[in-house]
Amino acid sequence: MSHKGTCHKYGSNIDTDAIIAARYLNMHDATELAAHCMEDIDPDFLSRVKPGDIIVAEANFGCGSSREHAPVAIKASGISCVIGKSFARIFFRNAINTGLPLLECEEAVDSIKQGDMVEVDLATGTITNLSSGQTFRSKPYPGFMMEIISSGGLVEYTRKKLPGAK
Amino acid sequence: MTLAEKILAAHSGKDKVSPGDLLSVRCDLVLSNDITAPIAIREFERLGIPHVFDPAKIVMVPDHFCPNKDIQSATQAKMMREFAGRQGLVYFEVGEMGIEHVILPEKGLALPGQVIVGADSHTCTYGALGAFATGMGSTDIAVAMATGEIWMKAPTTIKSVYHGRPGKWTGGKDLILHTIGDIGVDGALYSAMEFQGEAIDHLSMDGRFTMANMAIEAGGKAGLFRVDSTTRRYLKGRTNVKYRVYEADADAEYSRVIEYDASQIEPQIAFPHLPSNARPVSRAGHVPIDQAVIGSCTNGRLEDLRLAARVLKGRKVDPHLRCIILPGSQRVYLDALKEGLIEVFIRAGAAVSTPTCGPCLGGHMGVLAAGERCISTTNRNFIGRMGHVKSEVYLANPAVAAASAVLGRIAGPWELK
Repeated sequence: MSHKGTCHKYGSNIDTDAIIAARYLNMHDATELAAHCMEDIDPDFLSRVKPGDIIVAEANFGCGSSREHAPVAIKASGISCVIGKSFARIFFRNAINTGLPLLECEEAVDSIKQGDMVEVDLATGTITNLSSGQTFRSKPYPGFMMEIISSGGLVEYTRKKLPGAK
Repeated sequence: MTLAEKILAAHSGKDKVSPGDLLSVRCDLVLSNDITAPIAIREFERLGIPHVFDPAKIVMVPDHFCPNKDIQSATQAKMMREFAGRQGLVYFEVGEMGIEHVILPEKGLALPGQVIVGADSHTCTYGALGAFATGMGSTDIAVAMATGEIWMKAPTTIKSVYHGRPGKWTGGKDLILHTIGDIGVDGALYSAMEFQGEAIDHLSMDGRFTMANMAIEAGGKAGLFRVDSTTRRYLKGRTNVKYRVYEADADAEYSRVIEYDASQIEPQIAFPHLPSNARPVSRAGHVPIDQAVIGSCTNGRLEDLRLAARVLKGRKVDPHLRCIILPGSQRVYLDALKEGLIEVFIRAGAAVSTPTCGPCLGGHMGVLAAGERCISTTNRNFIGRMGHVKSEVYLANPAVAAASAVLGRIAGPWELK
């Protein structure tokens, strides 16, 4: 599976309150949440983002609360994947569980600039900066995590393993 | 093995667990709240199995936007209430409720040696009781509700040792803010934290809850304390369940050991917009404030209210600011009432609210306008955390927050006449 899109770049420690503010947690529909994605730190995000675009972030992306609304809002805004130097632990689980691919690669983050066109091959973890011509390789996922991703999320993965599930 | 490794090994049928091991872990308690439960319920229903694995081990608490702040939050709370009723879960209605991380220990549900997972990042609070407790998202919790198990990667453990005895106004909040300031908001990313040392041995249970609660603010997966006489005293009368106590081995391997001299740690203030922007109150400079909030899963327990009352007794909060005090549970509220603390607060000109997470996350009961500054005993000071994106949050202990409320600026209680 590959994705191609324009990159939107952010700094370190982007917290889940910045991704989706708590005042919107009185709803849980993906489309409604997406309408407020990144609103407090980047009010123009939604007007710039096109389907397939990529978020590129420095260290500890998604720190703070456990709200799954954060990866859900990012995915529903049209973002295809996030490339980061590192991800906060709960955000990482939530993204994998809800089908938002994350790629960990310091060199790619250092090289990619705001607005660069980047192509990502999820199966191999290859990140190609089409604007600069450079190629990078992200850290591979453990096998079972790749299975969760290819199943389409944790619920689909668990359903396959649960004897009682319909 | 470290304390975290011991508990995880016992809950995954293994003799030994090492950092990086992928485990399927048995859960003793599975928690969610009015914000995270709606998604967990939706995902649970998508799993296609009729019943949760064990209704007595699944707890739902309406605390974030409850009592309901608007129609949408009322709808989410209703969804949770109905699901909890249908499935026969452990559920606390508004009249007996409180902030989840205050009431679960209080009611004897969180116990030493357990694995507790919760769809709330501050689930790590129960590490104060010697449990392995960690926050997750709603979908993880849906799977844990269905199967009673969850996958985890065994974390490395960072040991923080606090030598000496802290000064009069330095509490658990200051030790943990100082630690986060030292190691950074990702200093314990993917790691468990173990807290030890003389200062910890003498720390009250409420102080330990405060420290474990904020392990997540350093990126920690869990924050653990060993069970001692303080823990046992706290648990007495709260539970009849036989709990298992685990101890770290003498030769346990830690990824890092950090030593602090607690006697040198002054009361701390975390400046906007990260909990790691901590500095001593004495170096805060002149920072006028518009609001003081005392409460939350971090500092909403009886000892916290006693500290605030000790400072506010016979004094008045600055008339230009709002001081809002939120007992963490109905039990805390009642105890504070019996001790006369509530009267102290009202006479001082503070507003006392029913238990809720409300203002901590800019939900209700104390949302900030543009340009406003709040000193708060809560746990996060991110951009827009308590309201407008152009508002500011300063984190502190309850005595410092109360003193600041009196003086109208960030101040330590020693500055009061």
